[in-house]
Amino acid sequence: MHEVSIIQEVVAAIAARSGDARITVVRLEIGKLSGVVADAVRFCFDLVAEGTVVEGARLVIEEPAGRVLCRDCAAEYEAESLVVLCPACGSAYAEVLSGRELRIRSVEVSPSCAVPAVAPRTP
Amino acid sequence: MCGTCGCSANSVTVPLEQRVLARNDDLAQRNREWLAQRDVLAVNLMSSPGSGKTTLLERTIRELGGDPAVSVVEGDQETAFDAERIRAAGCRVVQVNTGAGCHLDAGMVAGALDDLAPPARSVVFVENVGNLVCPALFDLGERHRVVITSVTEGEEKPLKYPHMFAAADVVVLNKTDLLPHVDFDVDTFVRHLDRVNPRAGLIRLSATGGAGVETWIALVRGWRR
Repeated sequence: MHEVSIIQEVVAAIAARSGDARITVVRLEIGKLSGVVADAVRFCFDLVAEGTVVEGARLVIEEPAGRVLCRDCAAEYEAESLVVLCPACGSAYAEVLSGRELRIRSVEVSPSCAVPAVAPRTP
Repeated sequence: MCGTCGCSANSVTVPLEQRVLARNDDLAQRNREWLAQRDVLAVNLMSSPGSGKTTLLERTIRELGGDPAVSVVEGDQETAFDAERIRAAGCRVVQVNTGAGCHLDAGMVAGALDDLAPPARSVVFVENVGNLVCPALFDLGERHRVVITSVTEGEEKPLKYPHMFAAADVVVLNKTDLLPHVDFDVDTFVRHLDRVNPRAGLIRLSATGGAGVETWIALVRGWRR
């Protein structure tokens, strides 16, 4: 279950750059050919995020499809996994052009506001 | 939205555009430089549990006979059984227990290399945690990646674990002495391997029986030269 390690890396990288700001959204890019399962990341995110700068943040994941190049006929096609067959010539010999992305795109930060979350009331 | 009162004014998008594994990859690069400075060849051995990594290592240590010198980083979730086997084969070894972790990362290997202090012009084998999924993602700073699989595991393994087989420079097909007793078609295995990694070398051997081991030993010596 390397997705837990992946989220720990994400949290560490964000913590190193966020200071005290509260993170409300985390945007990741996890390519279909990256070897990381986006659903597993979603599943563990809240657990790993607990007690860190991204606790309570909403997770948004882009999952770009893979693009591969057929080494036999040079056709370019879309791939959902590393096990492929060229739709043009049937060859399995392929070179991955993209789809291995594993990036932190951005975070949404909300600096502390002057108004307290719950305004005090006198009876 | 503001984290304190819910007002909509304050939320700011901060672009990071950072690789998730940047920290591991930086450490791996540092390992690579550390190894290059000492002229040490590092080989990452990956496989499922029980494919014969440790047995192949014991055999390799014996066959190389100290030329070149070999040391080993043993990765397992728990126990030091494998490290004891390697030590008994007459080899320097450092055990890394990953606990709940399912793979070695570059930081763990950096610590192990410091402890191991491999001599110049030697070979360090890193026996990764037995797992055909997670170790494929983590660069350790090694020069070569070897995936070991065995004829008892089924010929469809490359298709089931394409990331691992795609990451290999060389695939070792172990336990070939058992071929008469199991339903494993080598040609089908090769076809499946070709589908995910036509560039990988393939060595068929029996680490216990010895058939084919000389090809593996020649490959390691060739890498070392």
